[in-house]
Amino acid sequence: MAEIPESLLRRSAEAKAKALGVPVEDVLAEMKGEGPPVKVPQPEAEEKTETVEVSEAPEEPATEPVEEVEPPEDKDAPTPEVEADTDQDVIPEEPKEATYADDPDPDPVPPPAEPAPEQQPVAAAESEETPAAVAIAEKEDEEPPAPPSGNGAGNGKVASVVSARPSVPPAGTPEGVRSQRLLTVVKARAIQNVKAEPTDKVNTWPHLMLMEFGALLLITGILVIMSIVIHSPLLDPANFNATPNPSKAPWYFLGLQELLSYFDPQIAGVMVPTVTGMALFILVPYLDKNPSTTPSDRKFAIALYSMFLAGAATLTIIGVLFRGLGFNWAYPWQDGIFFDDLKDWVHFE
Amino acid sequence: MANGRTSLRERLTEARDKIWGSQAVDSILRPGSPFKQNYSDSPRNRSYVVMNNVLYHLHPVKVKRHAVKLSYTLCLGGLSFFLFILLTITGIFLMFYYTPSAETAYTDVQALSTNVAFGSLVRNLHRWGAHLMVLSVFLHMSRVFYHGAYKPPREFNWVVGVVLLLLTLLLSFSGYLLPWDQLALWAVTVGTNMASFVPAIGAQVKFGLLAGAEVTASTLLRFYVLHVLFFPFIIVIFMAVHFWRVRKDGGISGPL
Ligand code: HEM
Repeated sequence: MAEIPESLLRRSAEAKAKALGVPVEDVLAEMKGEGPPVKVPQPEAEEKTETVEVSEAPEEPATEPVEEVEPPEDKDAPTPEVEADTDQDVIPEEPKEATYADDPDPDPVPPPAEPAPEQQPVAAAESEETPAAVAIAEKEDEEPPAPPSGNGAGNGKVASVVSARPSVPPAGTPEGVRSQRLLTVVKARAIQNVKAEPTDKVNTWPHLMLMEFGALLLITGILVIMSIVIHSPLLDPANFNATPNPSKAPWYFLGLQELLSYFDPQIAGVMVPTVTGMALFILVPYLDKNPSTTPSDRKFAIALYSMFLAGAATLTIIGVLFRGLGFNWAYPWQDGIFFDDLKDWVHFE
Repeated sequence: MANGRTSLRERLTEARDKIWGSQAVDSILRPGSPFKQNYSDSPRNRSYVVMNNVLYHLHPVKVKRHAVKLSYTLCLGGLSFFLFILLTITGIFLMFYYTPSAETAYTDVQALSTNVAFGSLVRNLHRWGAHLMVLSVFLHMSRVFYHGAYKPPREFNWVVGVVLLLLTLLLSFSGYLLPWDQLALWAVTVGTNMASFVPAIGAQVKFGLLAGAEVTASTLLRFYVLHVLFFPFIIVIFMAVHFWRVRKDGGISGPL
């Protein structure tokens, strides 16, 4: 059997002692096998500190011992703050929650498929002071103790902690009262180090989804109207021998084409800065070391991006509207528009 | 039942209840679905609406209050995604009528616009939808920048986003050639010429894209395959990562 570090044992004992309301030293002694089973003072039936239930089916290897959250049958409990679906893999700091040691994604804690309305997934280890959340396995007294499975192949770390001390139902526990057994000690830090502060949240349904639905209808409407009014261009069939004058790139590249028209592209006067700029663009989050997101703290970044936007927009508009034959300067109101994408809509000449 | 007979209205109601309460319908709608019989608006069911649906599941159960304000994201990321879906649907329709060969491509598009029911409309939807998507992705990026939403822990999602922008442009550009008319041919020629000016790799990129030194009939096939298969495939993967990271990085950023 794996040696359990003293510190872990101690923490476990503290948690268990707290749950049972007995002295820590006694529990520790019991865990080490040096003392008699701890006598549990008569617990009140109401006070259930249960949290995570071990599926104790013998045929199930203990790799995933913790599976279900056992909901307390408390009809008056507030509506479920189903934090099941939080945004990040973090156990919120505020409510100390029991969690699973080897489950990277504590996402769903919904009750089994068809929920009984009163049941609520509540994770509640009463361990406010302990630095770590403690998952406590619970045993019905009438059930036999979990089969020792510490040596079985494939048992994870958790399993070995679990089986380290097959708990003996404390003597003197009244019929029907559940006793607690330490399952595992989970470090407070989750796999992702995101701080979860309590935030003001609203339900996605209906608030966000109605908004999205509205946006979706709006864009569909705009698109359908556009598609009825403006026809896609179809010019003469492709002809390798007839270069149109002017030849323009698709509009989103026209800014670049405009830029290139100022220089001899072969001497790399434009492309080198452009490509460098694009590389820097990917790296923006790593270059901008300013942690603030407040606009007034980010004047430089905002100014830079605005210049980029204005420049790109200006160049693109020039390329679309103000470039005519031979890609020379042209005034749309004098010389017409040379932009074939909209040819079937705007009849110019 | 005033006259002792069941009215049509009552019978219809009964039939509806029967169908809605049937095992078949019940098995399709997951618990908490707002379409379920006897759906009641409770915080619990509001959670289930999102959790128990494969599509809505992209969302968290709850979002920060400010994220719901239209003025925060302007829904631009979501709209980019929605336009992509629309483009996929209309694109599949177009594929039924289009053959990517230099002999037939042009006439196929011509026939599509004139002989096929709604052909012209669907083609327009696909074309303007593509332009709108380029625009909305660009605007989405701008809003992300102005919010500083790329700052830790969201740095990597910005990088994923830039790849998405690039893929969006490539999707649009590869589709541009397919009508095989003068506009398509020469816009792509100009575009790939610009790519060739990129130092060191430009010429190779151009050669790889065009399947040769110039636009030819094989370029058409290449662009077609890239357009309908390769780029969509890649962009879907990157989108999946992008959405997943939005959630894992703690949901939408802000408030400012
Ligand atoms: C195909 C293109 C894209 C799609 C479908 C897409 C979709 C989305 C969606 C749905 C969101 C959620 C918030 C919102 O709607 O604003 C989001 C957030 C985000 N996107 Fe995109 N996006 C795309 C391209 C980009 C680009 C080009 C960038 C930046 C270069 C980017 C960077 C980000 C970042 C950093 C977030 C997190 C923002 C926050 O937390 O406030 N995305 N994206």
